[in-house]
Amino acid sequence: MSEKEVKNLEAIFEARIARDEKIEPKDWMPEKYRQTHIRQISQHAHSEIVGMLPEGNWITRAPSLRRKAALLAKVQDEAGHGLYLYSATETLGISREELFDQLHSGKAKYSSIFNYPTITWADIGAIGWLVDGAAIINQVALCTTSFGPYARAMVRICKEESFHQRQGYEIMLTLCNGTPEQKAMAQDALNRWWWPSLMMFGPRDADSPHTEQSMKWKLKRKTNDELRQQFVDQTVPQADILGITVPDPDLKFNAETGHYDFGEIDWDEFWQVVKGHGPCNKERMEARVGAWERGSWVREAAMAYAEKQAKKKVAKAS
Amino acid sequence: MKKDWPLWEVFVRSKNGLEHRHFGSLHAADAEMALENARDVYTRRNEGVSIWVVESKYITASNPADNGEFFEPAQDKIYRHPTFYDLPDEVKHM
Amino acid sequence: MKDQDLYNYILGIADNSLILGQRLGELCGHGPNLETDIALTNIALDLFGQTRSYYQYAAKIAGDGRTEDDIAMLRNERDYKNVLLVEQPNTHFGHVIARQFLFDVYHLQLMNALQHSEDEMLVAIARKGVKEVSYHKRFSGDWLKRLGDGTDESKQKIQEAIDHFWPYTDELFDMSDSDKKMAEQGIGVDLTALKDEYYKQISEVLEEATLTIPDNPYSKRGGKQGIHTEHMGYILTELQYMQRTYPNMTW
Ligand SMILES: [Fe+2]
Ligand SMILES: [Fe+2]
Ligand SMILES: [Fe+2]
Repeated sequence: MSEKEVKNLEAIFEARIARDEKIEPKDWMPEKYRQTHIRQISQHAHSEIVGMLPEGNWITRAPSLRRKAALLAKVQDEAGHGLYLYSATETLGISREELFDQLHSGKAKYSSIFNYPTITWADIGAIGWLVDGAAIINQVALCTTSFGPYARAMVRICKEESFHQRQGYEIMLTLCNGTPEQKAMAQDALNRWWWPSLMMFGPRDADSPHTEQSMKWKLKRKTNDELRQQFVDQTVPQADILGITVPDPDLKFNAETGHYDFGEIDWDEFWQVVKGHGPCNKERMEARVGAWERGSWVREAAMAYAEKQAKKKVAKAS
Repeated sequence: MKKDWPLWEVFVRSKNGLEHRHFGSLHAADAEMALENARDVYTRRNEGVSIWVVESKYITASNPADNGEFFEPAQDKIYRHPTFYDLPDEVKHM
Repeated sequence: MKDQDLYNYILGIADNSLILGQRLGELCGHGPNLETDIALTNIALDLFGQTRSYYQYAAKIAGDGRTEDDIAMLRNERDYKNVLLVEQPNTHFGHVIARQFLFDVYHLQLMNALQHSEDEMLVAIARKGVKEVSYHKRFSGDWLKRLGDGTDESKQKIQEAIDHFWPYTDELFDMSDSDKKMAEQGIGVDLTALKDEYYKQISEVLEEATLTIPDNPYSKRGGKQGIHTEHMGYILTELQYMQRTYPNMTW
């Protein structure tokens, strides 16, 4: 294909997206669109499955059978989300195993929030409330993204997510209506999870070089800072209902803008955790790699069995 | 040689009377496992009463590059649609 | 307590589901791949669902203000009545499958028989349980065959797991005093009557899986009497952690 032809195709492609047409896997797409989508969707998938670990940490210790079942179902949902997203990525011509390799080798990133430890039961409440809450804000925006398989996965995921945040908030509510000790546990969790939750929306717009392209492809419908603001605006009143305090002395409602002003994120911490220096980066990777390696003989056995069965079938038929 | 579990497409009938609809994909070593995995992955919330699975490699898909010759010729066959025919309002049940 | 035997009987069944569910809960997020992870979690969820019905019923019978959670989480180790089999660790995936299959076959027999109980509540729980456990058995049985007739490595691993758990199977059919009384009244199930069929079914699947049926050397038992393996204390440490650390609170 000549350069001119490619330019022409690109123009048609961009026009389709501008008209809100969906792009499907077999459609022609610019190589950069494909690569960007592989990177972003798989990053999202990795986040879902690494995200199982901090919460999975509390399944055996959940304080009641009702909470245990809900948490188990929630963590399982995250596995499902990972699965849907890996499948969406696979339509772009890369296998799940290759994507796992990228995760395990450290080449691929996942959401840094999961590199923080869950040290009390209240952390499970805080994650559902804040982390799933932040994720939902990102994900709702993605339900109308341009790449069909990604958008469809997001629609299914958003439907399933709705119970996650409620589950977390209910845990927090119960703690805050409980004994002083329980309420202190809830406050402590908010103190530790608030800032990392704000970091989930990524660097400031000024430091986010891909934003313009991503907006064009509808991979982003709002900028990082817009989404972060939306999160703060919706979450602060929820903290008020709980009767616990957001750990930000600069936080106050701005009647003029109709939004909450809030303090500066510790960007050094943000970048350090991204680079692998968070409290649990190593543990999370060891858990993922370990599970994959320990499972290798199992996956092989299933394939060997399937082949034997298929041969038997053929032998019977002939 | 290490072989990975192949990819399968999952179709679910949400309730009797409806057609099977494409729900998504998954990995499985064989058809039996694909069915079970589909049950566990795609019907956790009571979404289905029947499941089909087919290994993805057996699906033949039309090529978007052929969309012109494949689909556009049908666009001007307006006489296939009931609104093409003018009937007086008095005619009922038609 | 008026119905002490019924109460004991229910705990005998419930504790098996609870402790096995607890073991499966440890695996969530650590399975050989996503699909298997999701499947095993479904089994755990079924088991915890069953335990809630049982403990709620037990709490009603006890009638002393204790809740399902008090009963599930605040007993001493000697008062847990689960069989030793279900408390054994997830050493590797072969152990998970072997333990599951050896339990599922029994569990399905029990659920089937319990549908004919004189106790309406137990009938209702069993009717739901039959469907769930049928699927568990199908899942674990299929995997047993895959591992047995898969690679040399998987065959060796699953055979080792079956051999390891075999001595724990006989206890499934032990009858405690409460079990006996409940069976006499038509409420409970006569477990001894299930035994032959159990080993017949297990042997058939093992054969199909090209595995060797172990010859039973000596049985390990005690769980039903509250005498557990050394693993149990650690399971309870996690299960009871919150309830013990923060007594008398609502979660
Ligand atoms: Fe998530
Ligand atoms: Fe999710
Ligand atoms: Fe979630």
